Amino acid sequence: MAPEVKDLEIKDTVGKTLDGLESSAIDEQDELQGDKLVLNMGPSHPSTHGVLRIVLELDGEVITKAMPDVGYLHRGDEKIAENMTYNQFVPYTDRLDYLAPLANNVAYILAVEKLMGIQDQLPERCQYIRVICCELARISAHLLGLGAFAMDVGALTVFLHTFTEREKVYNLCESLTGARFTTSFTRVGGIARDLPDGWIDQCRKFLDEVEVNFDETEQLLTRNRIFVDRTQGVGVLPKEVAIDYGVTGPNLRGSGVEHDLRKTNPYLVYSELDFDIPVGTAGDSYDRYLVRMEEMRQSARIIRQCLDKLPGGPVNVEDGKTFLPPKDKVLSSMEELIHQFMLVTQGVNVPPGEVYFGAENPKGELGFYIHSTGGGTPNRLKIRGPSFVNLSVLPYILKGSMMSDTVAILGSIDFVMGESDR
Amino acid sequence: MDFLNDSSHWGTFLFFSALKVVMAFAVVMPMVAYSVMLERRLSAAIQDRIGPNRVGPFGLLQPLADGLKSFLKEDFTPSHVRKVYFIIAPAVSMIPAFLTIAVIPFGSVMGTQAMVIANLNVGILYTFSVVSLGVYGIVLAGWASNSKYPFLGGIRASAQMISYEIAMGMAAVPVFMLVGDLNLGKVIEYQANGAWLVFKQPIAFVIFLVAAFAETNRLPFDLPESETELVSGYNTEYSSMKFALFFMGEYAAMIAVSALMVTLFFGGWTLPFFGLNEAATSIAGGIAHILVFLGKVACFMVFFIWIRWMIPRFRYDQLMDLGWRRFLPLALANIIITAAILWMQHL
Repeated sequence: MAPEVKDLEIKDTVGKTLDGLESSAIDEQDELQGDKLVLNMGPSHPSTHGVLRIVLELDGEVITKAMPDVGYLHRGDEKIAENMTYNQFVPYTDRLDYLAPLANNVAYILAVEKLMGIQDQLPERCQYIRVICCELARISAHLLGLGAFAMDVGALTVFLHTFTEREKVYNLCESLTGARFTTSFTRVGGIARDLPDGWIDQCRKFLDEVEVNFDETEQLLTRNRIFVDRTQGVGVLPKEVAIDYGVTGPNLRGSGVEHDLRKTNPYLVYSELDFDIPVGTAGDSYDRYLVRMEEMRQSARIIRQCLDKLPGGPVNVEDGKTFLPPKDKVLSSMEELIHQFMLVTQGVNVPPGEVYFGAENPKGELGFYIHSTGGGTPNRLKIRGPSFVNLSVLPYILKGSMMSDTVAILGSIDFVMGESDR
Repeated sequence: MDFLNDSSHWGTFLFFSALKVVMAFAVVMPMVAYSVMLERRLSAAIQDRIGPNRVGPFGLLQPLADGLKSFLKEDFTPSHVRKVYFIIAPAVSMIPAFLTIAVIPFGSVMGTQAMVIANLNVGILYTFSVVSLGVYGIVLAGWASNSKYPFLGGIRASAQMISYEIAMGMAAVPVFMLVGDLNLGKVIEYQANGAWLVFKQPIAFVIFLVAAFAETNRLPFDLPESETELVSGYNTEYSSMKFALFFMGEYAAMIAVSALMVTLFFGGWTLPFFGLNEAATSIAGGIAHILVFLGKVACFMVFFIWIRWMIPRFRYDQLMDLGWRRFLPLALANIIITAAILWMQHL
C-alpha cells in the first residue's frame, strides 16, 4: 500500500490548489482517525465508463481525497491530424465522443470552414441537415448517459430501455451515412450525401417513439424516492466553481448557468430555431439528470422544426476547389477533372491563419483550434474535449462524499474517455 | 419393514426424517436453479429482451448448463487470501439457507407423517438465529479475500445485518403475541382458523418484507455486492464453484425467507377455498397442500425478482437510517399497539 500513497502525494500538485475549498467538517475528521484506505478505482472498473482511473483516499466510506488519472485511451489524434488532409481527419473525429460522432463531425468541419471563411456560403439545406445530425447525436448521447447513470445507481432496466431507442438512432444513422457508429458524415463545404428517400418520415416516426420513451424513463426515475435520495444533494457543483473550472454543457447548466453556445454564439441555423435552454438550480446530480432529460425533449423539438423547414437545393458548396465535383462531370469535363485530381491528391487548400471554433456538443463545448500555414494539412490542431475539462472538477466534487456517491457523481458528469484522452 | 407403521419406534422417526430431508433437498436445489432461470427470463421480459432460450426446450436446461460451466471453470485461489476462511466462506453462506427450511411446514400431512422436517416448539427462534448466520459467510468472504473491494463489501454486510436483524425480529413479535406460540405449525393453524396474519398485521408484514430484502442482499439493499461501485463486492475474488455457491446461497436464502413469510403471514400451506384449510386426509390432498405452499413461495420469488429490476439501490447510510430510525420505532410501536389491543380484549 505504501508506494500507492507516495504516488498520491506526488500527484497532489493539482490537489493542493483545492485546499482553500476544503470544508471544515473534513478537517475535523482528519485529526480524529489514523489510517486511511487508498482505493484504486479503475481504469478497469464497471462504472468508470471506459478507462478512467481514480485514486480514492477513503476514511471508512467517506472520500477524503480523489485524484482522477486520465490518459489510458490516448491515441495522439492531434499529432495524427498534422499528417493528413482536412477531410481525411473526419473519421478520427468520430472517435472523440464516440457516443455522438455526428456532432463531432459537424463541429470539426465547421472549424475548418471558419478558417477558410466559407461558413456563410453553405447552402441552407446543408445547414439544416447538419443541425438535425447534431441534435440526433445529442439525443443518442444523452439516452446513453442517462441510462448509464441510472445503471450506476442500481436501476439496470432504464439502461436497456434507453438503449433500445439508441438502436433506432443508429438505424437512422445507417440509412443516412452508411455506417451505424463511425459516421464520418461531413466534408469541407458540405456533407457526404443528401438525405435518402423516406428518411424524413423515418425520422418523424422515431421522434414520436422516443418521446414516449422519455416519459417512461421519467416515470421510472424522476419521482422515484430511492433515485431522488441517491442523487439530490449529491455531487453539488456550485455555479462559481463550475465556471472557474471551465465546465461546459449540461453540467454547467445543471449548476444554474444559462450558457449554451447554440444560443450565445449561434452557428449553422440555430438562431432561426425556437428552443429553450434548461438550467438547474442546485447543481447536484439530480439537476444534471433533469437538465439532460429536458435537453433531449428540446432536441426533438429542434429536429421537428428542421424537418418542417428543410429547404430544397444542393447540400454542398458548389465550388470545385472545395468540394468534390459530381462524378459524371469529372469524366466529361476538363475543369472538373483537375479539381477532382487536386482535391484527392492534395486536399482542400486552406489559407494560412488560425482559428478556434467551439460547438455545443452533448457533453459540452467541443472546440477545435487549427493553425494553418496554408496547403492541405493543418500545421497544428488542438482539440478541446469537454469531457477532459469536466473531469477536472472531480477532486473538488468527490471530496467528502460517500463511496456509493462516486458512481452517482461519475454517472451524472457523463464523460467519454475517447474525448478526454484523444 | 414393520417398524414403519409403529409411530413410536425410533427407527420410524429416523427413516422418515431422513426421507423428508432428502426430499426437501431434492425440491429446494432445483428450485434454486430454476429461480435463477426465472430471474433471467423475467428480467429479460422486463427489459424488452428475450433471455436464455437456446439450451433445451424454451431454454429449460439453461440451469444445467450454468452449473456445468461453473464446475468446468478454473477454481482459482489468489495467493494473498487467507485460505481456510476463503474456502469455508461460500459454504457458510449457503448452508444456513437450507437449514432454515428444516422447521418450516411445507405441507399438512401425508399418511401419518407431518410435512415438516423438525417440528420445533421454538421454530421461529431457530429460524432467526440460523438466517442471521448466512451473513457470516459474506463477512468472512470479504475479510478472507484480503482485498479492498471485498473488504468494503464485508463491512457493509455486517452493518446491514445489525440494522435489519432487529427490525425483522421485532416485526415478527406481534405475530406470536396473537398466536401465542412459537411453533410455526401453530402459526399456520391459527391462520387457518381465522384470517391470514397479513390482514391482521400489515405493518409487521411490510417491515418483515423489507427486512427480508436486506437479509438476502437483494436490490435495493444489495450493498455488499453493489456491482457498480464495489466491482462485485464480497465475491470479487471468487471464481468457479465457490462463486456459484454464493450465487446459489443468495437464491436459497430468498426461497427460505419467502417460505418464512408465507408461513408467518400468508397461511402457509392452507387456502381458504376447496376445503384446503383442513389437514389432508389423502395422499392427493397432501400433495395439493405442498403445491399450494410452493405456489405461494413462487409468487414471492417473482416479487423479489421484479423489485430487483425496477428500482435503484440505496446508499449505505440511507439503509442504516431506514433500519434504525424508521423501522425499529415502527416495529416497537406495532408491538405496543398489538399488546394494548390484546389486553383490552381480555378485560
